Amino acid sequence: MGKTLAEKIWDDHVVRSADGEPDLLYIDLHLIHEVTSPQAFDGLRLSGRPVRRPDLTLATEDHNIPTTDLDKPIADLVSRTQVETLRRNAEEFGVRLHPMGDIDQGIVHVVGPQLGLTQPGMTIVCGDSHTSTHGAFGSIAFGIGTSEVEHVLATQSLSQAKPKMMAVEVVGDLPEGSTAKDLILALITQETTGGGQGYIVEYRGDAIRKLSMEARMTICNMSIEWGAKAGLIAPDDTTFDYLQGRPHAPQGEAWDEAVAYWRSLGTDDDAVFDKVVTIDASTITPFVTWGTNPGQGVALSGDVPDPASFEDPNERVAAERALEYMGLTAGTPMRDIAVDTVFIGSCTNGRIEDLRVAASLFEGHKVAEGTRVLVVPGSVRVRLQAEQEGLDVVFKDAGAEWRGAGCSMCLGMNPDQLTPGERSASTSNRNFEGRQGKGGRTHLVSPEVAVATGVLGHLASPADLQQLSKAGA
Amino acid sequence: MEKFTAHTGVGAPLRRSNVDTDQIIPAVYLKRVTRTGFEDGLFSAWRNDESFVLNQDAYTNATVLVAGPDFGTGSSREHAVWALMDYGFKAVISPRFADIFRGNSGKAGLVAAQVDEDVVEQLWAYLEADPGASITVDLESRTVRAGDLEAPFHIDDYTRWRLLEGLDDVAITLSHDDDISAYEARRPAFKPATLPAR
Ligand code: SF4
Repeated sequence: MGKTLAEKIWDDHVVRSADGEPDLLYIDLHLIHEVTSPQAFDGLRLSGRPVRRPDLTLATEDHNIPTTDLDKPIADLVSRTQVETLRRNAEEFGVRLHPMGDIDQGIVHVVGPQLGLTQPGMTIVCGDSHTSTHGAFGSIAFGIGTSEVEHVLATQSLSQAKPKMMAVEVVGDLPEGSTAKDLILALITQETTGGGQGYIVEYRGDAIRKLSMEARMTICNMSIEWGAKAGLIAPDDTTFDYLQGRPHAPQGEAWDEAVAYWRSLGTDDDAVFDKVVTIDASTITPFVTWGTNPGQGVALSGDVPDPASFEDPNERVAAERALEYMGLTAGTPMRDIAVDTVFIGSCTNGRIEDLRVAASLFEGHKVAEGTRVLVVPGSVRVRLQAEQEGLDVVFKDAGAEWRGAGCSMCLGMNPDQLTPGERSASTSNRNFEGRQGKGGRTHLVSPEVAVATGVLGHLASPADLQQLSKAGA
Repeated sequence: MEKFTAHTGVGAPLRRSNVDTDQIIPAVYLKRVTRTGFEDGLFSAWRNDESFVLNQDAYTNATVLVAGPDFGTGSSREHAVWALMDYGFKAVISPRFADIFRGNSGKAGLVAAQVDEDVVEQLWAYLEADPGASITVDLESRTVRAGDLEAPFHIDDYTRWRLLEGLDDVAITLSHDDDISAYEARRPAFKPATLPAR
């Protein structure tokens, strides 16, 4: 019997397997940031252990850092301590760090692919659940806790029970105007937040093959939002074209050897998945969330659902609570929901393609009165590229704020936060209670919907923007 | 890590599903660089609400949390486990745990006991009928007991063994150092490195 893509990668990384024990897996790349690493380095110090492979480890600063006043020290003292602790640890243990001010600084999941460190067939971990992003290249990538960070630092390996294998068959083509973000939001609503629990998920089908690398990253990024251990996409020419010439991509003969290996990784025709789910891409229209988990979503053309419409009693109670927290009434058209703040950024949608599409939609429009729009590039390189293309000018002319790179309002650990009751349309990946600031209310959206919402002041699609342009013309 | 065999303590009924890590401990509380002191952040938003279960006198000394399905979804923050432990919890009972949360619990020494959904319903009813009542989580026999109720719970064999023995994961793995070195010797040369190799 053949093997799936994930099984091939898994088997290629088993250091040791024994009956009744999880497999010991070798880790090809360990990414680190300031929030989940201090206690791990402390553990190493206490036990007198070194970092086994600093050359397979990379650190960056992203979660805490401010996106304004970049030339000043971090004003929040606790945040500053955490960042400084990372700098000390990186220095002491010989780990490469891209700190604030470095051209390669940025959100850890934007930086890895950008440097060409994320490659097919690898195992990649990071003390961050959105490590699943890197699966877009055909690697097994997942988030780990701080004890595991310490374990990987000390041993470059991790003991893991082999998850089950799931295929997500995406049938049909995404219609014009629908995006990878709409697809993954719709899938999570279809499968619920626990649907992927215990599985590595492979996203398959023509619609996936047609996506750019960055759109594939958007999909894989949100694998964790439906509980999957990891999400991945088989590598193909799109993957190789993206990688070739990047700073850490193999060169010359090593490139040919690598590509030959990468091509061998696809799921065999006779491989069997433990579970297969199907989603019809051709029916997907702009999709947004109404509740407080990423599985509480609905088409933008729809209404806020009635909790009574949920059969499962837990879901019904959750929906009631969510509507109360979100300050929404069942039956309200989603388009009628007025939004205070629009956040464009994060490791889900803070890459150059996202900013290009956002700028193109802003062209000729202004941000609605009473609405603020924050545009936060995912990395310094994304920021510089955008500035080179003049995208920053478009954003500023429209009345949006153009910021420095980092996680920013995705989780509000820095000063970019919502105030209680404030409502956002956000291109990030989590709409949990208080995620973007205590009492804040988040609607997850695509960059396209974010821009239209920023211009119109209520949840809206690019098609609504066109109507506006026509009406004004 | 301390050994865990069985624990009996006050059970707190948390009648919620999808308790995500941002609820267990919001990001603003993650800035500490030490491993203790996270109890302040535990359920911080909900603790502003007087009627919240942990604000009721009967549950002040609760050590076993009984929650709805999909507990610990969201972020990889082990701080969620530390916050629960710093607050005094020794075990969490739920019909379904998020993978990363479950893994983190096993590493840090918190027992994540997975039970059938109707067991949680019965435990809730039992605890609400008699606030402050105790629950026993017996890792040896993999059962939870409360009053007349006795039900099995699931936890994987390996995690159970490590918790029973109180073993440090890193030390176990380092005892297989030869295997790791042998693997490194056969890794393909085209794999990327962040630094020139030593
Ligand atoms: S952008 Fe958001 S989801 Fe991504 S790593 Fe940063 S905080 Fe996590």
